[in-house]
Amino acid sequence: MSHQADRFAAYWTAFQTILTKEVLRFARIWVQTVLPPAITTALYFIIFGKLIGAQIGDMEGFRYIDFIVPGLILMSVISNSYANVVSSFYNSKFQHHIEELLIAPLPNWIILAGFVSGGVARGVVVGVVVTIVSMFFSDLAIHSYGVTLLVFVLTSILFALGGFINAVYANSFDDISIVPTFILVPLTYLGGVFYSITLLPEFWQNVSLANPVLYMVNAFRYGLLGVSDIPLWVAFLIIIGFIVVLFGFAIYLLNRGVGIKT
Amino acid sequence: MQALSIKNLQKTYKNGPQALCGIDLEVDEGDFFALLGPNGAGKSTAIGVISSLVNKSGGTVKVFGHDLDKAPEAVKACIGLVPQEFNFNMFEPVVEIVVNQAGYYGIPRKEAYRRAEVYLKQLDLWEKRHAEARSLSGGMKRRLMIARALVHEPRLLILDEPTAGVDIEIRHSMWQFLKRINEQGTTIILTTHYLEEAESLCRNIAIINRGRIAERAAMGEMLRRLHQQSFVLDTAEPVDSLPTIEGFDLELTESCVLEACVTRDKGLTELFDGLRQAGIEVVSLRNKQNRLEQLFMDMVANGRAKDADQQGAGQ
Repeated sequence: MSHQADRFAAYWTAFQTILTKEVLRFARIWVQTVLPPAITTALYFIIFGKLIGAQIGDMEGFRYIDFIVPGLILMSVISNSYANVVSSFYNSKFQHHIEELLIAPLPNWIILAGFVSGGVARGVVVGVVVTIVSMFFSDLAIHSYGVTLLVFVLTSILFALGGFINAVYANSFDDISIVPTFILVPLTYLGGVFYSITLLPEFWQNVSLANPVLYMVNAFRYGLLGVSDIPLWVAFLIIIGFIVVLFGFAIYLLNRGVGIKT
Repeated sequence: MQALSIKNLQKTYKNGPQALCGIDLEVDEGDFFALLGPNGAGKSTAIGVISSLVNKSGGTVKVFGHDLDKAPEAVKACIGLVPQEFNFNMFEPVVEIVVNQAGYYGIPRKEAYRRAEVYLKQLDLWEKRHAEARSLSGGMKRRLMIARALVHEPRLLILDEPTAGVDIEIRHSMWQFLKRINEQGTTIILTTHYLEEAESLCRNIAIINRGRIAERAAMGEMLRRLHQQSFVLDTAEPVDSLPTIEGFDLELTESCVLEACVTRDKGLTELFDGLRQAGIEVVSLRNKQNRLEQLFMDMVANGRAKDADQQGAGQ
C-alpha cells in the first residue's frame, strides 16, 4: 500500500473512532437524548394536531396535523444534532480530553467531521424515532424520498456545525444553552413549523425569508407532502451555502486553536 | 540522531508574562532526559508546544528531524504524552480510553485492543479494564495515562510529573517500568519535582528557570559540580564536645548525631580518621540532602539573585 493510502486508512480509522465514541456517548444516555424528543413530539401532536388542529381545519390542502409533521420532525433533528455536538465538544474541552485529539496526527477536518457526524447520527436517530411517533397520529406519505433524505442529512450537518462553533466559544455550561434558548428555538418556531408563511402579512413574509430555518422546513415539507412556500432550488442553495460558510469558519477556528489552545 | 531539537523557542501568553524566552535544547535519541525547574519556570509550556497543545510565539521545534511547522502530523506521530493533569473522559471504561487513543493514531480496533491488553497488563490495570476511569485511584489514573501514551508506541515519551501524588511503592514500580521502556529504545523526557527520581532515572538534565535554560549537562557531570555535601553521622556514644578536624565543618545536632560538611577535595576517610582519633565511633552515615536537590536549589537561588541584580541596575 502506498504512503498516501496508508495515511488515508489511518484517517478513516480515526474518523470511525471519533464517530463510534460519539454514538456510544448519546446511546449510553438514551433516556436523556432520544426519549425526550419522542415524548415532546407526541405532546405536540396531541395538543396542536388532535385537539387544536381539528379546529383549524386544512392548511395548503392538508389536514393541520399532517401539515405540521415535517416541521416537527425537522425541529427534533435541528435541536438534537446541535445539542449533541455542543455538549460533547464542550465537555471534551471542560474535561480536557480534547487534548487526546489535539496531540494525535490528525488534520482538523477529521476532528470536525467526527464530531459533526456524531451530531448527524443523533439527529437521524431522533428523527427516525419522531417519524415513528408521528405515524401514530397522521397518515405519513413521502412525496420524494430523495429530497426528504437530503434535507434531513444536510440540516443536521448544518446545525451540528453550529453546535460545534458554539462549543468552541463556550466558556461555561451557561454558554452552551444560551444559543439554543435565545436563537435556535425562536428561529425554529418562526420558521414555518406550525404555519405557512402565506398566512402572514406581506411585511412579515419578507422578514421570515431572512430565517434560514424556513428554507429547511419548507424543503423538508416538500419532500414529505410535495408543497413548499419556497422554491426547492433556493432552499438547497441556502442550506448548502450555510454549510460551506460554517464549515470554513469551524476549520478556521480549529486551525487557530481558538478556545482549545493557549 | 536527535529525538528533540529546539531552537530559540519563545512563548508569550496574551496579556501575560513571557513563559519561554528563547530556549535552545537538544535531546539525543534513546536518552532518559530530565527537564527540571520550579513551578512556573516554563516546563509545561515547553512540553505543551512540543506536543501541539500550546501555540508557540517563535522558534523551531524538530522531533526526530521532523519540523513542527512543516510536518506537524509526523511530529505528533512520534510523541506520546503523559500530561500533568488527568485529561481523559472520567465516564469512559479504562480499556476504551486506551483503544480510542490508538484509533486517533490510525491503529485499527483489533490491533488497538491487543496493544491495550499488553500495556494495561504491564501497568497492572488489566483487572480494571471495564471500570469507569473516575473509579480509579490516583496512582491508577497516572498509570492509565502512561498506557494511553504508549499505545501507539511512540519514539519519544514525554512525562510531565508522572508520579505526582503516587505512593512510594507504585512510584518505584513505575520507575522500573519506565527504565524498561527506555532500555527498549524509547527516548524519555521527564519533568518531576521528586529530584531523586530524576537522579536515579535520567542520564542528562536541563534546568529551566524563568523561561530560560539555566543549565544543561550530563547528570554525572552536574552532580560532580557540587562543591560540598552534607552527611549525617550517628555515633555509638553521646559526644560531649566537638573535635576540630581541619577541612571539615562539624556540628552536633543531637547527643549522638553529627553533621559534617565535606568539600570535594576531602575524602570521607580523613573525616573518619579524625573522628577516631577524637574517640568518636561512627555507626552509620547518610546524605543529609539529595544532591541534585541541593544543586537545583542553588541554581534557582542564583537565578533569583541575578534577576534582582538586573532589576537593581535597571533602576
